[in-house]
Amino acid sequence: MFSKTLHISSSPHIKKDVSTDLIMKNVVYALLPVVLFSIYAFGINALLVIATSVFGCLLTEHLLCRWSNRESTISDWSAVITGILLGLTLPPIFPLWMTFLGAVLAIGLGKFVFGGLGYNAFNPALVGRAFLQAAFPVAITTWHPSFLEDRFFHISKSVLALPFAEPIVDGISGATPLSAFKFDKITAETSDLALGLISGSIGETCSWIIVLGGIYLIYRKMMNWRIPVAILATVYLLSGILFLLDNQVYPSPLFMLFSGGLMLGAVFMATDMVGSPITPLGVWIYGVFIGLLIVVIRIWGGLPEGVMYAILLGNALTPQIDKIIRPRVYGTKR
Amino acid sequence: MFLLAKNTFSHGIHPPENKEETNRLPIRQFPFAPLIILPMQQHIGTPSQIIVKEGQEVARGQLLAKANGYMSVPLHSPVSGKIRKIANVPVISGQMVPGLYLEPFPFSGQEISEGKPIPLSASPEEILQGIQDAGIVGLGGAAFPTHVKLKIPEGKKCDHLLINGIECEPYLTTDHRVMLEQADDIFMGIRYLLKATGAKEVIIGIEANKLDAAEHLSGKIPKDLPVSVQVVPVKYPQGAEKMLITSILGKEVPSGGLPIDVNTVVVNVATTAEIGRLLPHGQGIQERVITITGPAISKKGNYLIPIGTPLRYILEQVGASKDICEVFMGGPMMGVSASSLDISIVKGTSGIVVFGENDTKKTEKIYPCIKCGACVDACPLFLNPSKLGILAKSEAYETMVEEYNLMDCFECGSCTYVCPSNIPLVQYFRLSKGIIRKRKANSQKSNV
Repeated sequence: MFSKTLHISSSPHIKKDVSTDLIMKNVVYALLPVVLFSIYAFGINALLVIATSVFGCLLTEHLLCRWSNRESTISDWSAVITGILLGLTLPPIFPLWMTFLGAVLAIGLGKFVFGGLGYNAFNPALVGRAFLQAAFPVAITTWHPSFLEDRFFHISKSVLALPFAEPIVDGISGATPLSAFKFDKITAETSDLALGLISGSIGETCSWIIVLGGIYLIYRKMMNWRIPVAILATVYLLSGILFLLDNQVYPSPLFMLFSGGLMLGAVFMATDMVGSPITPLGVWIYGVFIGLLIVVIRIWGGLPEGVMYAILLGNALTPQIDKIIRPRVYGTKR
Repeated sequence: MFLLAKNTFSHGIHPPENKEETNRLPIRQFPFAPLIILPMQQHIGTPSQIIVKEGQEVARGQLLAKANGYMSVPLHSPVSGKIRKIANVPVISGQMVPGLYLEPFPFSGQEISEGKPIPLSASPEEILQGIQDAGIVGLGGAAFPTHVKLKIPEGKKCDHLLINGIECEPYLTTDHRVMLEQADDIFMGIRYLLKATGAKEVIIGIEANKLDAAEHLSGKIPKDLPVSVQVVPVKYPQGAEKMLITSILGKEVPSGGLPIDVNTVVVNVATTAEIGRLLPHGQGIQERVITITGPAISKKGNYLIPIGTPLRYILEQVGASKDICEVFMGGPMMGVSASSLDISIVKGTSGIVVFGENDTKKTEKIYPCIKCGACVDACPLFLNPSKLGILAKSEAYETMVEEYNLMDCFECGSCTYVCPSNIPLVQYFRLSKGIIRKRKANSQKSNV
């Protein structure tokens, strides 16, 4: 009567309805509002930069898999995330050929040489950006005002610059709030910062949309809430103390919180599961460490912004944290 | 009234319970199959030793095989009939083990032959002997000989007796029904257990999804017994001894130790009922309650089934659909896949969960570990399954044991359940433990 051959499997025979590609896909969903707002703010230039970055990441991932005789892993969505994140950290009129090069480096050097998804020690998008910052310091600090009237129709000349040509800087450019503060002690209105009305990197300007994406991922249990909380709280507290000591020299903690790449980095980059510690205590240490570095670099460092380096250094510390911080095993002494 | 505790162990998971389809269905007697298949290996320990001959006629309850040493229990005839053949019989592992085929007499009666009754006035040793003689093993699924577990080692003492009515495995409702329908047997069993262990206090632990059972049992506690019922929040794997002890007593069993190291003995509630029913009559186990459920079964329910009833016969009787493709003996979290329908149910079979062709997901793609930490948050023993999995893959078995406490893992499968990358973690650990045990045995052999 029963003719089918029985399927044999090892227990457990049921599984929670969650998968790695589903997590990755949801990170992309959480990033979409950020992408849409940045296109709204910076127009067609931002769209081109993000698209190029995503394309570069996917192409690199696909070709590297093929060349090493592996099945292509672009369907796991992780390369898309790297592409979007890299694009979001770049200035709105960043040359596309540089963007593409950054994407190739992000996947090739940041991910593939370590062994691909799950094995990368550093956030690949930040590896790509670190390379771009070292190689093209002028282009990556050339800013562009947001909400220009012709932003949906006018493609900036510098975006379409020929590879390795002399850097072309478009007529209009402006400083970001952090560099304005660093070099001229001018601070921006916190509300303008949080609402994304002030220029900056493509996807860093609108804090509340970034936070919304983070809340969505935390609600879906696809992000470790401790990481952004630890980073933001550390930055807030430390800069708050400094501000109380001397509010002429040090910026207000809210300005620190809503300016630059802090939100994007704390919510979407430091939370990269692969590069962050695995235990709750380890994660707190990691978050506080990154927060400290951000304040130190921003306030005393030579650069206006330190989020990228802080997270990369946090990534570097992760294996050690995981080695030292281990949960007490049940039934053993505290 | 029972005590509603907030206490539970840390970590663990919440799989869908799927108990509602059978938890209201009373236990029903299952018909005798035309052929009974009895392996001698129905418990952890040495297989029982056959004492009957081919062609011999036996009565229901008669001894068919005797215990083969201390770590063994006897086997009684589940039906009146004739020994057809003494031969190797198939078991769930796919192996053939010594056993016998028994053909029931048609229309045979239900009377059970009795042995030497064990009165409540008997000594602890006599009670333990009676428990062994009745062929009793842990009915929760472990099939560990109960008399061995109840033997308090020299220098230790038992203060707390925990009766395990947790039944945290999804789908299973046998213990639930036993608690609702066999309260008197349970309290009689507790009397024997109190005597055997010398415990001062008895706590019946029940999960909050069986409040009716908790209410029923607490209403029936005899005045003279030091028994209380404690309800704990629903969580898997709370039915594991260590987790239950932590939930109810707030203590941790030391790594590598046993419950008795925290002066506690844990006994499954159905096992307790069986002790209470069999010992006053000197009988042996002939049948047990089994939940038969799953999407591919039309007559789901809790059945009292004679030991040795073939799986194929059971599935025919309960209206299994023709396209069944997965059959699990036990619950879906820790149960074992049946590789063939020619095996029979044994004393340790707590459930039969059946899935049809379209009820199970196809094998999902395995991704690399993304270190999301879900397994670390799930492991009730606070191990690091992610790290253990990576070590297993690189065959670093010694490191797994020495630095990451692999041997503490009791294979509840929580880590595998939550892993988004579909990494078969608990399977790795099972294999690794096997390899380590083998290496240890080999090195001991070469040292001798």
